[in-house]
This record gives sequence, C-alpha cells and structure tokens, in this order.
Amino acid sequence: MRIDANAFLGAYPYARVPGTSPDGVLAAMQRTGVDEAWVTHLPSLFWRDPTEGNAWLYETCTKERRLKPVPCVHPGLNKWEEVLSDASAQGAPAVRCDPLYFGVDPAGPEMLVLAAACGAAQLPLTLAVRLEDLRQRHPNDRVPDLTPGAVRALVRSDEDVHLLVTHADRGFIEEVHFGSTPEEARRIWWDVCWIWGPPEDHLETLLATVGVERFVFGTGQPLRLPENAVAKLDLLDLPAKDRAKIESENAHSGLCG
Amino acid sequence: MLIDVHAHFHHAASPRADWRERNASRLKADEKIGVAIHVASILGSWGRTSPVYFPSPADATAGNDALFALQREHPDRIRGYVTVNPNYTAHATAEIDRAAKLGAVGLKLAASRRANDPLLDPVIAAAERHHFPVLHHIWQHRRHDWPGQEASDAVELCALAARHPHVNFILAHIGGGGDWRHSLHALVRHHNVFVDLSGSGVDGGMLEACVAGVGAERLLWGSDITMCTGLAKLRYLTHLLAPAELELVTWKNAGRIFPRGAFPGD
Repeated sequence: MRIDANAFLGAYPYARVPGTSPDGVLAAMQRTGVDEAWVTHLPSLFWRDPTEGNAWLYETCTKERRLKPVPCVHPGLNKWEEVLSDASAQGAPAVRCDPLYFGVDPAGPEMLVLAAACGAAQLPLTLAVRLEDLRQRHPNDRVPDLTPGAVRALVRSDEDVHLLVTHADRGFIEEVHFGSTPEEARRIWWDVCWIWGPPEDHLETLLATVGVERFVFGTGQPLRLPENAVAKLDLLDLPAKDRAKIESENAHSGLCG
Repeated sequence: MLIDVHAHFHHAASPRADWRERNASRLKADEKIGVAIHVASILGSWGRTSPVYFPSPADATAGNDALFALQREHPDRIRGYVTVNPNYTAHATAEIDRAAKLGAVGLKLAASRRANDPLLDPVIAAAERHHFPVLHHIWQHRRHDWPGQEASDAVELCALAARHPHVNFILAHIGGGGDWRHSLHALVRHHNVFVDLSGSGVDGGMLEACVAGVGAERLLWGSDITMCTGLAKLRYLTHLLAPAELELVTWKNAGRIFPRGAFPGD
C-alpha cells in the first residue's frame, strides 16, 4: 500500500504543467504504484476564498475512491469552522492551510485558533513549506517559504494538533524536530518529497536521527515528478517494515490515528 | 549503458569530514541506478582554502589530481573533467594540457568568470585542442548576481558557444535552479550546446519541455549532487521517449561529444 499524502489536482497559475486533471494524476499514480492520493485543489491556493474549490474536490473524490480530499481552510474567512465540519463529514484525511499563500500570519492568532480546532476535530493540518524552489519562481510569485519557527509555534499552541508539513528539506526538519519537545515532535509528520537522497543522504540521516515514524510518502505531484519520491525510497537500504511505515502506516495510524 | 555527465567527488583537502562516505554513497547508489560511468569533477578545495566557484590555481590543480587519482582507482567507473579558473589564463590552459595527459575527457567551468567574457576564449581553445566538451555551470535565467559565484545563464553560454562552433558545450543542471524555460528558448539555434538534465528540480513538464525545445539528440542524463532526482528523471524518460531516443539521452549523445575512447566500447 502506497499513499501519496501530498498531491494536487488542477492547474498551476505560474506555469503550464501536464497531468493536472484527475485522470492525469490517476495515470501518474498508476505509473508509480501509488494506491491512494490525498489531493488538494491547486488553483484554490491562489484564490481569495480558497474554500471555493472544495465542493469540486469532494465531488471529484466521490467519483474516484483512490483520491481522498484534503480541502483548503482559511481561518481568516467567515464560517471556516464549517469547512472543518464538512471535511470530517466527507471523510477527509486532513485539511490544508498554506498561510503565506492565503495572506495569513503563519504563527498569528488565526492560525493558532485553526490549529486548536483541527486538534479538537482530530483533523491533521497540512502545510507546505513551499510549492516551488525560490530560485525559479515566476517574477510575480513572491510568497516566501514557511519558516521553521512558524511550525514550532503551531505545534506548541495546541496539545492535540497533528501537523503534516510538506516540501521541507533536511535543515528545516532538523530545526523543528530538535527545537521541539519529544511530545511536540511526535505530533509532526514530514513528507519525503523535498529531502535529498544519495550522495548527500539527507533522508537516510533523518530516518536515523528523527525516526522512521515521523515520515510519510508524498510527491508534490503534479508540480513534481512522483517518480522522485519513489526513487528516494528505492535508493535506501530500508527494511520492508520501515518502508511500509513511510508508504502508508504512518499516515494511517500515526498522523490520522 | 548509462553515463552520468555531471558527477562530483570529494577529497581529503575539502572541508567535509564525511568526504569518504559521500564518495562511497555515490558509487553505491550508481549500482542501484545502473550508472556505468561517472564523468566527474572536483571544484578545487570545495571552499576550504579558496571559494568553491573561484578555486585558486593551486586548489584547482590539487582537486584535479585527486579526481584523476580516483579515475585511476576506478578505471571502469570514473572519468574526469579538468576544472580550471579562467581568471588565471596561463595556469588554466596549462592545466588543461596537463590533465589531458592524465586522462581527462572534458573541461569543467564553474562560475569564476561570466561565460561570454573574452577571457574564456583561450581556455576554450585549449579544450578544443583535446576535443573536450565543456560542462559549464549555469544559473537558469540569472536575473541578478548571486553571492559566491559569477554565474552565467544560457544566453551568456550561447554567446561563447557561437564563438567556438567546433566545441561542444554542456549547459549544466537544467533542474538546478532558475527558470529552465528561459534556457531552453535560448538554446534552440545553438546546436553545439547540449542540456544536462541533472539538478534537484523535478518539475512536472520540465522534461517534456527539454525534449520539445532541443530534441532528444541534445539531452544528456546526469545527477549532480542529487542522485534520487536523476533516477526519477530516468524513470520518467522511459515513459516519455521511444527506446532509441532514450539511448541517445542515457549514453549515445555522450559518446558522440566526448573524445573517442573516453568510454568502454568507443
């Protein structure tokens, strides 16, 4: 079982990207052996009301059981609590809020309230450090990267919140993990899509230092080739039980447990 | 066969205590990926006694010596680029001639001097004498200077390539940062410039754009310092290209632009 906990549907405003339709993502999943993908409506991240894509997302995921909805929630918009209720009712494995894309202070009062509500609702909160490398952004894409400090503030703000942080590199992960208490660190999961493999072996190092339990399989597709996350695991000498944890068990029993 | 046209190794004079582990990790990963030959470089002292992208002549020579020692140690797996700093023209040209005798198969230029600077001309002429292709570090669409390097972009590399039509150039790491679309547009009419597919970027659509932009005949597989992204691109290329086109990218194009005899079976 391989779950992609970091995937998107829909067009990207800054570049023409192939394979963004549900059929395109399903084809990529088939190609790379992904059984289930947790998907967010990508254009919504750039809309004034990011929740306006959620209805389409639910409808799409209802038609295709291999896709699980991760709806957007914006804590600065009225009735955001209803988004959490809808997400729970729809069986969403998580919700997503990328505060810097939404113009929200990532460690401000709105995000702290959202973190507490997600904790109470037992809905993991997904945040991306970035969607694209800062070095190659479109000139109009000035959204800064999420900071490690913001993640530390969120996980400290509520003792029940579970965070899934995507697109983080080794330095980011280490700063948050070792800047948190063991109890706090146990409530953060990281996807592998931005962590380097050999010869630098950042992923191998992190699995040894931070722990296998903290990582989930995620690709960032279709903005990134999903083959990349599979390749990282294939290049490790990882026992089958540890690979299973990363590919599905940590997402099911830890993050969503 | 799979040839990695953009590899690096470390050595004892670099600042990293783990240099042996990094070299071993590359050689171990290549067994899983199926890399037959690493065409590699060492950039001076990797910053220990002179900057990575501005190696002193002494560091460039020491790095090259370390690389050719590795080539002698792994004659079936490693080939070397000679690295020089074009600001020291006399040293650079002499070092290229020296390295050719030691078994170098190409020239590596990092970011010590802008690619379109006339100071590079005698250095490229030296490479041409030995039929070396030139792997040039590139920032894809450099909109401003970046610290630590005098980076060039594709337009600047193409200006150099136009002045040296009988030398083949390799535009480094199309996925290594910056706007790769800008580079692909710049390369269209410069048929002596090849695209190295390495770099940490694995953007959706990038490989399609490379194929559409310059054709499989001008693409070269490489990994640079992220072999996982290299493997990912290799796997995706198997879906994107016909087998004959894939062979061009994985080894036949390299076989065409490196000196005869550089690789097994040449």
